[in-house]
Amino acid sequence: MTAGILLSGQTQGDYIELSAAGSWTAQYASAIEPQVDAATRGITASKIAINVTRIEYLDTYGAWLIERTLRHWTSQGREARLVGLHEDYRGLFEKVRAGTQTLTPPPRGLNSIVATLVTVGMKMSSVGADLVLFAQMLGSLMVALGRVALRPTSFRFTSMVNQVDRVGWRAVPIILLITVLIGAILAQQGIFHFRKFGADIYVVDMVGVLVLREVGVLIVCIMVAGRSGSSYTAEIGAMRMREEVDALRTMGFDPVEVLILPRVLALMIAVPILTFLGSMAALYGGGLVSWLYGGVQPEVFLARLREAVSVTTFEVGIIKAPFMALVIGVVACVEGLQVQGSAESLGEQTTNSVVKAIFMVIVLDGIFAMFFASIGM
Amino acid sequence: MASGRKAPVIEVRDLVVDLKGSRILNGVTLDVHRGEILGFVGASGAGKSVLTRTIVGLLPKQHGRIDVFGVNLDQAGEVQRQEIERRWGILFQQGALFSSLTVGENVEFPIREYLDVSDRLMTEIAITKLEMVGLKPDVYRKFPSELSGGMIKRVALARALALDPEILFLDEPTSGLDPISAGDFDQLILTLQRTSAMAVFMVTHDLDSLHTICDRIAVLGDGKIISVGDMDTMLASQHPWLKAYFHGVRARAGLQAAAKN
Repeated sequence: MTAGILLSGQTQGDYIELSAAGSWTAQYASAIEPQVDAATRGITASKIAINVTRIEYLDTYGAWLIERTLRHWTSQGREARLVGLHEDYRGLFEKVRAGTQTLTPPPRGLNSIVATLVTVGMKMSSVGADLVLFAQMLGSLMVALGRVALRPTSFRFTSMVNQVDRVGWRAVPIILLITVLIGAILAQQGIFHFRKFGADIYVVDMVGVLVLREVGVLIVCIMVAGRSGSSYTAEIGAMRMREEVDALRTMGFDPVEVLILPRVLALMIAVPILTFLGSMAALYGGGLVSWLYGGVQPEVFLARLREAVSVTTFEVGIIKAPFMALVIGVVACVEGLQVQGSAESLGEQTTNSVVKAIFMVIVLDGIFAMFFASIGM
Repeated sequence: MASGRKAPVIEVRDLVVDLKGSRILNGVTLDVHRGEILGFVGASGAGKSVLTRTIVGLLPKQHGRIDVFGVNLDQAGEVQRQEIERRWGILFQQGALFSSLTVGENVEFPIREYLDVSDRLMTEIAITKLEMVGLKPDVYRKFPSELSGGMIKRVALARALALDPEILFLDEPTSGLDPISAGDFDQLILTLQRTSAMAVFMVTHDLDSLHTICDRIAVLGDGKIISVGDMDTMLASQHPWLKAYFHGVRARAGLQAAAKN
C-alpha cells in the first residue's frame, strides 16, 4: 500500500482535472490532508474535477477528504465534480455526501467573574437543598421506624446484623490500629513538651481526657465515614443506577425501610462499640509510650488515670457516638439516592458523602462541646 | 478489494475456554470470511459472548488457536497486536460509552489514540460517522446519559466504526430496541458493511436479523459449533435444538412475514 496522493493535472483554459491515486485510508489521512488543503488553496480554475479511478483503497477518511474539498469549491461558486468513481465505493460516497456537518456552535460562556459568582450562588443554594434533603431523610427514617415499631416482623433484622458485621466487626482491626497510634502520638507529644516544666505525669491527664472526651469518638467517626459511609453511598448509588430502588418501590416496599433503616441502625450500634474499643486502644497506646518513652510505670499510669478521668468523661464521649453514626448514615444514604446514570456521578456522590459526613461530624462535635459546657459536664 | 473476498479474517481452531472451573467452550472451530456478515446464535448461557470476548482478548483461553488477519494472536508482539486492534471495532451489548466523555469525544477517542490527524479532520470524521449511523450532528456535544437506548447503540456503533475497521464485532446489537429501530439498525449495519466490505461477526438472538442480513449463520451448543451455513441449511437441519430454534412459533411467524414481503 502506498499513501494516497493528489496529482494536479492539465489546465485547459478554465478547467482542471486532478487525479487522486494510492491509498486514501485512515492510516494515511494525516499525510493526505495537507495535500488536499494545498490543492484547495492553490487552484484558481472555475471548473474542477477530481478523477478517482487510480485510487487503490478508499475508506471514510479518504472519501470525506475528497468530499470536503469538493464542498469547499462548490461553496465558492465553482463547479466541482467527481469522475471515475468505482462501483464498490459508490455507496460509501453516498453515505459521506449525505452528511450535513451542521454543528450548532456551543453556547457562549459567561465571563469569568460572572461565572465565579454563578458557581458560588449555585453552591450556596445546593447547601440549602442538602439541608432540606437531610431533614427529609431524617423524617422518612422516623416514619419508617414508627411503621417498624407497629409491625416488628417487617423489620429486616438479618440485613441489619449483616451490616453490623460489615461496618462494625470487620472495622475493628483497622480502628484499633489507628487509635493505638493516635494515643501513642498524643502521649509522645505531651511528654516531650511537659518535660520542659517537669510535669511529665500530667500527660496521663491529657491523654485520658482528650481520648475519652474527643479524640476517640472523632477518629472512629472519621474512619467510619471514610470506610462505611462511602460504601453505603456507592452501594445505594449503584442500586439506583440499575433501577433496583425503583423496582423495590413498584413492589410496594419503601426503600427507606428496606435499605436505609437497617444500615443506619447498624451504624448506630457499631459506632459506639467501635468508639469504646478505639478509646481503650488509644489509652493503651498512650500508656505504652508513657512507659517506654516517658518512664511512667504502668501502675503509676493507671493510678493517675483513675484520678484524672471520671465516668462523666467517658460518658461525654460515648453519648456523642450514636448521634454521629446517625449523621454519617443519613448523609451517606442521601448522597447515594442522588446518584444519576453515569459512573462519574457515582464517584462524585461518594466523594461528597465522605466530605460532608466528616464535616457534619466535626460541626456536631462542636455543638456537643457547647452543650456539655453549658450543662457543666 | 484486491485480496480475495473469501479469505478468512478470523480463524478459530479447537478453542477451549474455562470460566470459574467449568468448561464453557470445548473445541470451537470457526472461520469468519472477509466481507461477510456472520450471525452467531446459541442458547442463552451457551458461551456466545465468551467466544467473542476470547477472540478480542478479554478472556484467557486454555487451548486452541486464534488467527486474525492471518496472525496468530498468541505469537503477536505488542506492536503487532495493537495494529490488529486498530483494524477491528467492537460494539458492546450496553454500548459501553465512556460516561465522562461527550458523544463526540467518545467517537474521537480511538482516532486520537491511533491516528495522527488534525483536530479539524477528527471532528469532521466524528460527525460524519455520527451522521452515517443515522444521528443528527447535534448529539456531538451531548453526554451518553442524555441519550436513549437506541441512540447509545448508534453512538457506540459510530465509535466502533471510527477507524474504518475491517472486522466489526457486534454483541446483540438489536437487543432492547423496538422492532422498527431494530430493523433500521439491521439495515444500517448492512449498508455500512456493503460500503466498506468489512467482516461482521454478530452475536444475536434476533431471528429477523438472521433472516435479513446474515450471509452465514453459526450455531453454538454444548461448547461446540453445531452447524454453520446459510439460512436454508439451518432450516433443513435435523438437529433438535436447531429445529426448535428455527421452526419455533416465533421463527415461523418471522419466516411468514419475510415470505409475504
